[in-house]
Amino acid sequence: MPRAIALVDCNNFYVSCERVFQPKLEGRPVVVLSNNDGCVVSRSQEAKDLGLKMAVPWYQMKDIARRHGIVALSSNYSLYSDLSNRVMSLLSCFSPGQEVYSIDESFLELTGITTDHTAYGQQIRKAIGQCIGIPVCVGIAPSKTLAKLANHVSKKNPRFDSVCDFNSMGATELNILLASIAVGEVWGVGKHTVPKLQEIGIHSVLDLKCAPAKRLGARFSIVFERIVEELNGTACLELDDVAPAKQQITCSRSFGMLTSSLPDLEQAVISYTSRAGEKLRQQRSMAGGIHVYIRTNPHKENDPQYRQNILMPLVEPTDDTRLFCRAALHGLRQIYRSGYAYQKAGVTLTRIIPAAARPNTLFDDVISRQKSHALMKAMDHINNKMGSGTLKLLGEGTHPSWAMRRENRSKRYTTEWGELAVCFV
Amino acid sequence: MANLNTDFPNPVRRAAHSALLSLTHPNKSMFERQRALLRKAVPAGFPSPADDYVERRLSLDEHLIQHRESTFFMRVAGHSMRDLGIFDGDLLVVDRSVPATHGCVVVAVIDGEFTVKQLLYTPQGKVLRAAHPDYPEVAVTAEHDFSIWGVVQWNVHRL
Repeated sequence: MPRAIALVDCNNFYVSCERVFQPKLEGRPVVVLSNNDGCVVSRSQEAKDLGLKMAVPWYQMKDIARRHGIVALSSNYSLYSDLSNRVMSLLSCFSPGQEVYSIDESFLELTGITTDHTAYGQQIRKAIGQCIGIPVCVGIAPSKTLAKLANHVSKKNPRFDSVCDFNSMGATELNILLASIAVGEVWGVGKHTVPKLQEIGIHSVLDLKCAPAKRLGARFSIVFERIVEELNGTACLELDDVAPAKQQITCSRSFGMLTSSLPDLEQAVISYTSRAGEKLRQQRSMAGGIHVYIRTNPHKENDPQYRQNILMPLVEPTDDTRLFCRAALHGLRQIYRSGYAYQKAGVTLTRIIPAAARPNTLFDDVISRQKSHALMKAMDHINNKMGSGTLKLLGEGTHPSWAMRRENRSKRYTTEWGELAVCFV
Repeated sequence: MANLNTDFPNPVRRAAHSALLSLTHPNKSMFERQRALLRKAVPAGFPSPADDYVERRLSLDEHLIQHRESTFFMRVAGHSMRDLGIFDGDLLVVDRSVPATHGCVVVAVIDGEFTVKQLLYTPQGKVLRAAHPDYPEVAVTAEHDFSIWGVVQWNVHRL
């Protein structure tokens, strides 16, 4: 039985989530902006057709937006993550093997499923569309890399009606199709590698598929050997059922307004560190160091520019937010320079190990470690139950002036009692 | 030191208590924790005869939600569904996965807005019927931008 892996990808996910609860946005050009309403991070088809590009600062597009009546929404991550969880959970009913690849993409193992796979893909599409209201595309192929491409084809080529199964095509038909796709679309081929590939005559996906794997591997990186094999239909990458624990945990955001005050930066750093600490404990890990960075706004070219970062190692791995904060603040005060208008700060927890693998040391203070563990557990429990930020370190401040700007965020329809969708009857 | 019993508002206190409780028994399940709590209430150290019969308490979620992924809550505004027991401010439990059959109460989208009505399939086509004498029936025509969003499974009404 040939291997069959499906990649299910939600179309314009953030915009689609907004449309579930605001049906009047259907058919209109809609974009969702990143934190602080900075850049476009999701576009409806109508917005794409108007030529709006991803990752472009929003203020540069306000004119076009006004002319075409484009609706711009602040990102509403509470809504997106809830709907994503629903999509992923529903998808898991369609296959014994699932890898949730990102907030809006999931691989499914279809090998052994005897229904016609194209029909099965349509069934998946219909189920997600009806039960949650999110449109999806399905690509099916013998390897993950090909499944990604099949998904790309299903989106771009209306002939496939949003489900494309490479396994159902003849070899020639597939090769003709692959010849029409640029090599940059292949999963794992970076932007900077494309020109190098073109230099040696590899322009389309088909060119790459027919290239000698070993020589490419030697010339670029071993990854290319794997990519070529995957393009030829040999699955080299398996589905990872459980996401591996992260080796780095970052929390960074830009501020609602520029600030040059150290106390503001301190509050922001404590708040980001708290968030990173929560994530760390969620995956049952400990970290041995924390990276702190601050920067000014690079788009304001006339302002004096400054950016700096520092790694603060910890004496021993821990998961105590208070210890991270102490280290982070120490680092921040070392890199802070007055007289600059700062736009962004961030922290990254590094040297991460599983909590269970933390070595005992001769000078361990067992009692204070138990106390710290108990306190962090109680904090996480309360914040889980009563909403994030219910219990926090005072250093975060109570009314932060630097907090994020989300001027046009929709309601949190599925996670807040006070913000449910209203039906007029 | 802050006093947990007096210095914090009620919900915080409750959450803190349950957090502390879970700390005293870090490896026990919710079920066992409740048993432990029960046992504490018996003063003389005599084991409660009910100990072996403690079960998980009933949950309304289980009762009201058949399909977790496709069930959403919505708020009612207006009076047109009064005679079916749906009032202004009520909380609707809406399931998107169940088919909208003749006579069921649906959340429909008409021209981009949500509405709640009884759905009827008639020889002339779909009809949305209100449950209030002052509101006329609406026949769904091709001019309407119409779709069914979900089927109302329950109405939660505060007395």
